[in-house]
This record gives sequence, C-alpha cells and structure tokens, in this order.
Amino acid sequence: MTDLLTPQLNIETAVPDWLQARRLTGRAAWDNGSMPTRKTEDWKYTSLYPLQQDFTAAPVSDASAAELGLDLPELSGSRLVFVNGHWREDLSTLVADAAIEVVRFSEANAEQSALIGEHLGTTVPGTKHLFAMLNDAALSDGVFLRVRANSKAQHPVQLVWHNSRAESTFISNQRLLVLAETHSEASLVEHFSGRNNAFTNGVSELVLGPGAKLNHSRLHLESPEALHIGGLHVRLDRDATLESFHLALGGKLKRIDIVINHEGTGAHCQLDGIYLLRGNEHIDYHTCIEHAVPHCTTDETFRGIIGDKARAVFNGRIHIHPDAQKTHAQLSNKNLLTSATAEVNTKPELEIYADDVQCAHGATIAQLDDAMLHYLRTRGIPEDEALVLLSYGFINALVETQALDALRDYLKPLLADYFGATSESASEQGSNLTRHIGA
Amino acid sequence: MLSIKDLHAEVDGKTILKGLSLEINAGEVHAIMGPNGSGKSTLGHVLSGRPGYEITGGSVEFMGKDIFEMETEERAHLGLFLAFQYPVEIPGVSNMEFLKAAVDAVRESRDEEAFDTVSFMRKAREACTAVDLDQAFLKRGVNEGFSGGEKKRNELMQMMLLEPKLCILDETDSGLDIDALQVVAKGVNTMRAEDRAFLLVTHYQRLLDYIEPDYVHVLADGRIVKSGDKSLALELEEKGYGWLEVEVA
Repeated sequence: MTDLLTPQLNIETAVPDWLQARRLTGRAAWDNGSMPTRKTEDWKYTSLYPLQQDFTAAPVSDASAAELGLDLPELSGSRLVFVNGHWREDLSTLVADAAIEVVRFSEANAEQSALIGEHLGTTVPGTKHLFAMLNDAALSDGVFLRVRANSKAQHPVQLVWHNSRAESTFISNQRLLVLAETHSEASLVEHFSGRNNAFTNGVSELVLGPGAKLNHSRLHLESPEALHIGGLHVRLDRDATLESFHLALGGKLKRIDIVINHEGTGAHCQLDGIYLLRGNEHIDYHTCIEHAVPHCTTDETFRGIIGDKARAVFNGRIHIHPDAQKTHAQLSNKNLLTSATAEVNTKPELEIYADDVQCAHGATIAQLDDAMLHYLRTRGIPEDEALVLLSYGFINALVETQALDALRDYLKPLLADYFGATSESASEQGSNLTRHIGA
Repeated sequence: MLSIKDLHAEVDGKTILKGLSLEINAGEVHAIMGPNGSGKSTLGHVLSGRPGYEITGGSVEFMGKDIFEMETEERAHLGLFLAFQYPVEIPGVSNMEFLKAAVDAVRESRDEEAFDTVSFMRKAREACTAVDLDQAFLKRGVNEGFSGGEKKRNELMQMMLLEPKLCILDETDSGLDIDALQVVAKGVNTMRAEDRAFLLVTHYQRLLDYIEPDYVHVLADGRIVKSGDKSLALELEEKGYGWLEVEVA
C-alpha cells in the first residue's frame, strides 16, 4: 500500500506537546486499519487507485496571490490562508471581532489549547473514518475558531486552503475545529482551491453548543486533477442550528464525508449541496445524519450535474435512533446527466427505529427537460444558450438560498463561466452563452 | 403573413390535424374556436415546432418562408410568438434573465442593437405595469409558483417585449377571472397594428367581447369546418358546437 503518512511526518514543524497523544492514537489506528477496497460498501463506487503513487511532503511556497491564482470571495471578516497546508501570514487578514477567536493550534494560548484538547476529535469517535485517522496521525497544525457564548460575530470568517503548482505530487493536511459556544452566532466559509494534482486530506469539526447558530459553507474549487479525501463532522447540542452549504467541482478523486450528529433536542440542520462534474472527473459525497434525540429536524438537498464521462456518487443516510421521536427529516437528491456517458450512483437511505417521526426521501436522475428547452426556444433563445441557462437554473435555486450576499455574488459568475465553458463551443462563444446570467 | 395549406399533423401516431387551411394577413385578428380535442392547441404547438408533433402533410409559410425548414428559435426571430396555454415553470432562471436573453436574441436576429441593462430594466418594468404584474415577478424564477393568471400575464408581458409579427394566443383566456381577462384584452388591443396579426385560439366566446376579431373559424376534427365574421362566435355561444358537426356530416 502507498505510504500516505511518512511523507507528512518528514515535515519539520514544531508540534505542540498536547497534540502528540492524538497523533500517536491516529497513527496506531491508521497502521492497524486496512485500506477500503471496492468491496467495502462505503467505497463501492469510489476507487482509491489514484492514490497509488509516490507522494512527497508538502513544499513551502512563497508565491504571490497572483502567481497562485487565488480567486476568493470578498468577505468582510478575517481570512486565513494556507498554501500547501502551510500558514501564509502575508496572504491572511485578521479582523478584530469581539465575538471570535481564531488561532492556529501552534499559536493557541493555554485556555485555547485546553479547549482544543477537550473538543478535538470528539466529532469523529472510533476508527470508522480511516482517513480522519490519517489526518490525526499527521496533525501538526490546524485552525481553531471559537465563537464566544452569547455573542454574534460581526463578520464571516474565511479559511482558505490552496495548493500551488509543484514538481511532485504532495500531500497536505488540513484541520479545522470550530467551537460555537452557547447562544453564539457566526458565519464561516471554507475554501479549497488549487492548480495541481496534490492530495489533500482534510477534517473539519464543528461543535455547536446549546442554541448556537452557525452558517457554514464549504467550497471545493480545486482543479480537475485534484485529489481530496475529507470530512465534515458535526455535533449539534440542544436547539443548535446549522446551515451548511457545499459546492464541489469534480476532481480526479474526491470523497467528502459529511456526518452530522443531533445530540441535543430541538437541533436543526439545513444541508444543501451542489456538485458539478465533467471530463473524467469523480466525486463522492457520503452524508450521514444521526438523529439520536427527539424533536430535531434535518432538511437536506443535494443537486448534481454530471457531463461527459464523469461519475458522481451520492449516498445520503439518515439514521433515526429509537429515542428520536418527533423527528422531521427530509432528503432530496436530484441529478442531471448532460451526456449519455455520464454516470451517477445515488442511494438515499432512511433508517428509522422510532415510530413517531416524519421523514421523506427521494432521488431523481434526469436529462434536461424538453418542455423547458422548447419554451425558451419559442422565445428566440438559441438552443445552446438555452441549455446553459437550464443547467445553471437547475442548481441556482440552491445558491439563492445562501445567506451571505458576498458569497452569492462570487459564485454566480463563477458558475456562469463554468457552464459557458462546459459547452463544446469556443470560449468566446462561451461567454456569449452566459451573458444573461445574473441579468 | 401566415399561409397554412392542407396541414396534417400527428402526435404519438394519432392524427390530430386533418387538412387544415388558413390564411392570415397583416393587421388581421383571427379567432379559432372549437370543442375539446378538435386540435386547437395542436395547431399552436405545430407552428412553434414543439418536439413530438409530426407533420405528415401540407405546408405552412410564415413571412414567405417555409416554417418547417426553420428551427423553433428561428421562427421566433422571424416574428412568431406563441402564448402558451400552460406556460412552463423554470426554477432557478429569473424572469429577468429569461426576458433579456429572449429580447437580445430576437433583436440581434434583426440586426437591431441590444438594449443596455438600464433601459431594458425600464422597459421590463413598464411591461410589468402594463399587464398589472408586480415588479417582484421579474426577480422570481420563470413562472415559478405563479398562479394561473400570473402565468398568462407573464406570457403577455413577453409578447409586448418581443414585439412579434404574429401572436398566437393559445387559450390565454382559460382560467382567467374577468379582471385578468380585461388586462389581456387591453394588452392585445394596444398591440394591434397594421403590420401585426393575431390568432386567438379559444374555447369561449367571452374573450371576443373584449377583442373584436375580423374572422372567426370553427375547428372540428382537425380542420376548419366553418368561417365567418364575429357573429359566428355569438351563434356558437348560443347553439354550441353540435349543430356544426351535424351540418358537416
């Protein structure tokens, strides 16, 4: 098996002592674990073959934002930028906000270190998520975001993990821990980008205390060669509310696990996601919502557009434990296939062990609607532009639900460009096809 | 302007139009009436080029060109407009994006300059007011969650902005209350012009109280069985369609 850990251990960074224990447990779990194969149910449609190569340690880059091709939403708050997993102070901006503490693990003070030590890894118990164990084993630094109790953040926090071009294929480790304390409120954007075939192994943990509210977005905008295996792991305490929005472009191998645990009554989670694939790209979203207690709600919608010979996997599980009475949960997954060779494997799974719940789930796979296409054409809109408008419209409804205006303003032209470039036409015509989006 | 000769068409292997002929000149308003299943809506769909409708005979010329040689959007560029009986909902594409795309495409095909954003916004707002539709509808998804009446007004608004040569209204009056009907009638009457023609496809005579047609045709079993002036519509209202079918037989 490819050694995914050793290259990461070769990096000479000072690791705080209190992280060492977690590294060692992670390492033991990783060493004892066996790599999933196509016979592992959770990995049935996703091959790890692209990981069969020699990886190097992530190189430090001092390239400028322009050289890196950084293109980020203009949000008002703090922005922390990591390039190849390494902190780049010069590209980061810290904006003072009384409600927020945002700090790297390596810079955490005693109180923060204690909080990190108390919560880190609690959203990923056991050894089920093997790549989270790899992340633990290679842990050298990470970001800790604390939203203070009974306070509301003034600005959204933006975390950027960008991989630069490099001569060799490297591994970068990404870790985030968010602690939203009782009745706090904040917004957070995770941004993954990059121009190469690096492998990112990420783990983001969100711990929401009683009554806490978090608006979270996670953007995967890496290049089509990118390799990413990562997870978002969440714990929701009583009456906590999480709005979590996901957008991913396809990669050579992308696997994202989203695990949300309703642990306190009255918690609510709205989970929306979009995936867009073309070429030979692959993406695999596995979501798992655990309803362990009564009176919680989940509203989950994922939509994907898959073209060319790309393949998407969506597995959405909602697990309602015996005690989780009065649960309201709905899951919808709609897929649009824009070519005859595109493929999607979708599997919504409801597992219900309580008897007084309201649950619904559904998945559809379709081509573009002929009636819609005809309607647009009767108004004089050429067929190729109509196809772009309809593809865009298919996912735009989810973008529209996003609370952050600046993020919507960033995503709309980006998506328009994406669909313009998807068509077989030349790029000049591509912009012609998308010029009415956002009119 | 529109010349239909002995048109035969079928859907799913079932023949619907069986030798329909109709001449419409610029400036005229024609009404086509007929019982359910007579082929009224099929005519509109065939003229618009809707997939699934197969032409099995006859010819249609629009503005001197063979309509079946043209793509749907080319027909629109030439000035053909069909107001749908059941307008399609397109969530995620705003009405504004849709209208601008349509108007730009049609104007471009006529070598006319595109409106800049500001003047187009103004025109769109004016059109909204003209059809008594709140401007908030410009920002909503195309027909998304609109009531039946709102959808019909939206069709009318598109017609006003696109300034077509031939406007086919497919049962635009169906399901409208009397206020909405008057809005539609007012819109059509305002647009009546020497170089523009209308084809009103309707099930009821009521619409013709507000829009005075030059000709009334009765469609039964896939062809026009009787033509006359507006008094024919009143006669139909009184006697129903039964007597015509007997007469034809």
